[in-house]
Amino acid sequence: MTVARRFRTGLSAIADGLFAIGLALLNPAVLALWLVGLALSPIPALGPELLGVTTTVVRWRADLERRLSTRAGVPIRRPYSPRPDGAEVGSRERLIWVITDPATWRDASWLVPGALVGAGLGLITVVLTAYGLIGVLLVPLWLFLGGVWFGYGLFWPTADLGEAWLALPQGVAILAAGLVVAPLLRATQVRFARLFLAPTRSAELRLRVAHLTVTRADAIDAQAAELRRIERDLHDGAQARMVSVGMTIGLAERLVRRDPAAALKLLAEARAASTTALVELRHLVRGIHPPVLAERGLEGAVQALAMSLPIRTDVTSHLAGRLDTPVESAVYFAVAEALANMGRHSNAQSAWVVLRHADGMLFVQVGDDGDGGADPDRGTGLRGMERRLDAFDGTVAVSSPPGGPTVVTMELPCVLSSPKI
Amino acid sequence: MRVVIAEDLTLLRDGLTRLLEAFDFEVVEAVDNGPALLPALLRHRPDVAIVDVRLPPTQTDEGLKAAIAARAEIPGLPVLVLSQHVEPLYARELLTDHAGGVGYLLKERVADVEQFVGAVNQVAAGGTAFDPEVVAQLLARREPLAGLTAREHDVLRHIAEGRSNAAIASRLFITEKVVSKHINNIFAKLGMPPSDDDNRRVLAVLMFLDA
Repeated sequence: MTVARRFRTGLSAIADGLFAIGLALLNPAVLALWLVGLALSPIPALGPELLGVTTTVVRWRADLERRLSTRAGVPIRRPYSPRPDGAEVGSRERLIWVITDPATWRDASWLVPGALVGAGLGLITVVLTAYGLIGVLLVPLWLFLGGVWFGYGLFWPTADLGEAWLALPQGVAILAAGLVVAPLLRATQVRFARLFLAPTRSAELRLRVAHLTVTRADAIDAQAAELRRIERDLHDGAQARMVSVGMTIGLAERLVRRDPAAALKLLAEARAASTTALVELRHLVRGIHPPVLAERGLEGAVQALAMSLPIRTDVTSHLAGRLDTPVESAVYFAVAEALANMGRHSNAQSAWVVLRHADGMLFVQVGDDGDGGADPDRGTGLRGMERRLDAFDGTVAVSSPPGGPTVVTMELPCVLSSPKI
Repeated sequence: MRVVIAEDLTLLRDGLTRLLEAFDFEVVEAVDNGPALLPALLRHRPDVAIVDVRLPPTQTDEGLKAAIAARAEIPGLPVLVLSQHVEPLYARELLTDHAGGVGYLLKERVADVEQFVGAVNQVAAGGTAFDPEVVAQLLARREPLAGLTAREHDVLRHIAEGRSNAAIASRLFITEKVVSKHINNIFAKLGMPPSDDDNRRVLAVLMFLDA
């Protein structure tokens, strides 16, 4: 780690330590509030509602800690079991849901120990830093306050300005120690919080099951919709065209002796219609599973896709093998969707795609030089991408500040099969 | 002969119109959606209606439903249903009113122009015209009618598919006279008293298809 980087990490850990002290003061109040809510919960009507509100406060506090921890490099996931249907605010179901969730009790039991650890470690950080700072500033202070000083570090009392000067290196050393120690203390505090605030093993499994249920339903929906689209496209497209070709040829057959010129015209018409039917079939096949994807894998298919786009698109790929077919297809269509959205909305002059695989994760970025300002909550494009990748535990993140550029980042765990020859 | 067409794809609607007009049919109306079909059928009371099973707005079986509803209003209204795939279930539904004048063909049968027009005429005349594929699927699941010879069975199948005696004769390489003899044997074996020939043909087909 570079010195500058270490310095920055240290500074932010010190700030976090200071913040932690403030938050620690909040915790006893939050706990007291929650205990009052718990004590009053048997009261009809008022009780459940009150406990709901106080629990929300506790969860808000715990969530804040989780966010801070995640920022400090120790991600803590929310452990709460999903809200059951019909658990409206103030209802009995909601009360039962809150009370039977072990996470509720774990949150509550964390509040005081968490405050003690947070305040204690935060205090060490702050005091160490402050003392170092005083050492550095001792000489100016000495001059400003006119020599009224008791001592610093090894020199106690500080006799004269000469000894005051010696506080400077000591102060620098202590400050440096503070900067180094602060992240360690911060990490300790965060690990302590994780003991209480992270999902237990069973909660983790429960959350996982809930997630899988949703993504499985989504995947099945998406697939059914896809099949329906294909059936419709065939029915109204190629199939209908072939019927028309047959009909035209049939008419031509009838006319061929009586009016050969008209029959010839009908035959030309039939030939044109059969060509159109083939074009439609080709488009349809490409929409189901692009042949180039089957032949060349994700890398080749994305390159082929890039060539067919109206804007210049650079593809950088570092894949040392083929992905599983379903993953390949999902990622291909997600990339195609991302590029299509950029082409439609961003006024971009050029775009780029990066494909990389490392440590069992596939990493895909799609970016452009357009206007930005894409809102991931609006439009179905992003939702579609998410749905495709969700089934493989993949994630999609969009960064699109106003003025651009827009970058879509997709990550999903997967393995590369046979290495490329 | 006056015809109403219901087909949502312009390509096929225009093609059908052109084909039928080439054979001197008068296309009095060509609708492209389900809700417009029933009123059109009731208004024009055509000599025959040619209806696509799947029509907008639902893109399900609106055409079939409208055709059945029209036949409930006007018993025996000749309806030839077209589709890109055949479903024996739909054939059954068309046959439930035990009246003739129904047909159900794959759309691609229009390529054999003469035979298609023949089927339209059969339906218009109160006969039946069922796609060989429907007939095969309906028959696959049950025993052949008791007492009929293989040849009589063949003849009955051709009647169900909407062929005239002359067409059957040329198909089976026999004379029309022999065809008539087979048909009379079939009527006798199915226990049908002598009556109007057309009516007996329809009844025989209904028994044959187990409607």
